Amino acid sequence: MPDFTVRSDSVNVEQIMDQIRARIRDKRGVDYTEQEIRELAAVRLERFLDPRGVRSDLLEEFRRSQPPPSPGVPLYPFEESTLFDSHRGIVRFFRRLFQPVLKLFFNANALGSSLHAQTAINRQTIERLDAMDATFRRNGDLYYELLHNMVVELTRMSIEVKNAKMRVESIASRLEFNERRARALESVVVYRPAEDGRAATPPRTAAAGAPVRAQGEPQAARPSSPPSQPGGAAQAPAGGQPAEGPGQRSRRRRRRRGRRGGASAATIMGQPGAEGGADTDTSGDEADAGTAAGDPARPLGDAAPAARDAADARDTRPEPFEHTFGSAAHPAESPAAEPSAAAPSRPAVDRPDNGQ
Amino acid sequence: MRLAIVVQRYGLAINGGAELHARYIAERLARHAEVEVLTTCAADYVTWRNQLPEGVEQVGGIPVRRFRVKHERDPQVFGRRSERVFQSPHSIGEELDWLDAEGPTSPALIEHLERHAREFDYCLLFSYRYYHAYYGARAAGTRGILVPTAERDEAIGLSIFQPLFRGVRALMYNSPEERAMIQAVSGNQDLPSVVVGVGSEVPRTAEPDRFRQKFDIRGPFAVYVGRVDRNKGCPELFDFFRGYLKDPAGRLSLVLVGNSILPIPEHPRIRHLGFLDDADKFDAMAAADLLVMPSFFESLSMVALEAWALGRPVLANGRCDVLKGQCIRSNAGLYYETYEEFHQALRAIEQNRWLAETLGRNGRQFFREHYDWPVIERKYLDMFAQLSRDPDPRVIDPLPGWLDRRRQNLPPAEAVAAQLPSGACR
Repeated sequence: MPDFTVRSDSVNVEQIMDQIRARIRDKRGVDYTEQEIRELAAVRLERFLDPRGVRSDLLEEFRRSQPPPSPGVPLYPFEESTLFDSHRGIVRFFRRLFQPVLKLFFNANALGSSLHAQTAINRQTIERLDAMDATFRRNGDLYYELLHNMVVELTRMSIEVKNAKMRVESIASRLEFNERRARALESVVVYRPAEDGRAATPPRTAAAGAPVRAQGEPQAARPSSPPSQPGGAAQAPAGGQPAEGPGQRSRRRRRRRGRRGGASAATIMGQPGAEGGADTDTSGDEADAGTAAGDPARPLGDAAPAARDAADARDTRPEPFEHTFGSAAHPAESPAAEPSAAAPSRPAVDRPDNGQ
Repeated sequence: MRLAIVVQRYGLAINGGAELHARYIAERLARHAEVEVLTTCAADYVTWRNQLPEGVEQVGGIPVRRFRVKHERDPQVFGRRSERVFQSPHSIGEELDWLDAEGPTSPALIEHLERHAREFDYCLLFSYRYYHAYYGARAAGTRGILVPTAERDEAIGLSIFQPLFRGVRALMYNSPEERAMIQAVSGNQDLPSVVVGVGSEVPRTAEPDRFRQKFDIRGPFAVYVGRVDRNKGCPELFDFFRGYLKDPAGRLSLVLVGNSILPIPEHPRIRHLGFLDDADKFDAMAAADLLVMPSFFESLSMVALEAWALGRPVLANGRCDVLKGQCIRSNAGLYYETYEEFHQALRAIEQNRWLAETLGRNGRQFFREHYDWPVIERKYLDMFAQLSRDPDPRVIDPLPGWLDRRRQNLPPAEAVAAQLPSGACR
């Protein structure tokens, strides 16, 4: 008996995980490991990029960090008589007296001239170092200013980049959501047969003031409900018979193919939603449901039934897995406005959770 | 046919993984053979304190013979010896001292097994790492069949267990990963073995609505079933789930079922229900959108199997080879290693009902094909039949002499364990 057999049904877990990882990689840009990301996050540079981390006393601190100017070595003047000089007169006298004798043993002139030259060299070096030090200090101030400006600019840039990324993500998800909604609405657009329309549709004139009802629904009087799309595609001449113009049939055919002409599909769908069912305020219901379901801090037991409905309204079609990943609803959008939940105004009643 | 089940603890109220595994197997094999359970008087796996009466009692219609534990576990001594053998070069004598400190040290059980082993056709020894299995296998001789329930921890690197893996009559593994690991550490490829696992008493019809009403839970939720413990990976689960809660599009809550020895994060969408009886537990699983298994070390996740039996997908810790392997083989669960993977996988299951249902359906089929009781029983009976056809005079290597036991020539166990091959088996 074989221990195990690898089965490959309609889903492949490894493939799904590969897609998840690819998506994460795309998000990050580089495939860092978790450890690497944590290390990067802990880098000190982050502190400098934080605008709150730029200190106003940075210049003083910068100057304090520079070494104080050294007191310098006193220059020792060395002349021809320095070797035999003394502050005591008698010593000076005897040194001068025996100077010729001393010069018999070594060349004191060479020594004197060498030390004199060294003194001159020392003086020049000190002057040059002082000049360099002064230049360095002047440049330090400039470097500080440059660095400070760069930090500020970099911080601003990083914030702007972050904002831009968020906006791009937001716009992308909105776009995606809208596309899905448009697709869903197009797929559920129902046109009344011409006969039904003639029989059931009253004239959509402003004088009649009666809204157009969805197919098959009784003509319950809802005078308070305004016509959702005045001037929409379903306009009919007064008299109750929807006149079919010469190009209307072909336009309808085009619409069926998914092309939009005249009023949008959403407009047409808006009519039955606006006045059908017990709750005419569909948008209000959806907004309520969305608020309840979208509240992340809502306790488990207090979750509104609408939240449950919204969760149950997830797509049950075997759509490609990539679509699922790529089609996260925009956070700003109410979940009740998902395509499958956008069907006309389901009453927000609690219902059993069987079949989780 | 007479069978002995030798296990560290046994009882209806004892729900440890290996102990429950042993009880299920004993109850199932009792339909085909005369089964006797040999165990200790301990009920607590930390102290091995003698809490149950010594002698024979009937548990679920099976005679259970209990023996006293000689001494309780001293956590300090055990910790010190664990540190020594896991992290430093050491001797066989020190490993044996570690085993003695780990317990449950019951020489009476071993003595009984030595005297009565020949009255049984086979002795099934559960959990290789405990005293009763190590010495029990020697006492049972050629009748010993080991159910190792091994995890990828340091203990697998101890050298005293290698002769055990090579010297028993057969091995009943829980997973292909466990088999690969034990074969790598002991080189026992020629030994009769089979990957069996264990089934579960999953009710045919669970009642998710009853659970939701009873505990006032209405929204979609992920369920964790098990001890809320650091060793089970719960702190990481809490961290990850707190991150998920920040996602405004996520609606799942986390429901924790099981005793907790960790503080539970305070959040309205994290509910801890404590220990539930089997009916509530299965209803909870049936009501959940998915089961989360954050454990790093598992030899077989019975909870995951139960979730699959109920048609629920599983989100498992991918750093546990066994869990990852189970998910891949079954095509019934996703796995994660990082927070991003956790988040994305959770969102995928949450948002795509088709995916969740397909995973659950695969899980149900996987359970039915490999872990349904007739399959498990058949594997055991086939193994017994195979062993009866091929008598094998194999014996376990004798314990080394006094001098060899004191030779400090063994590498740290964690270094040995780290070198073992890892990864999920396809």
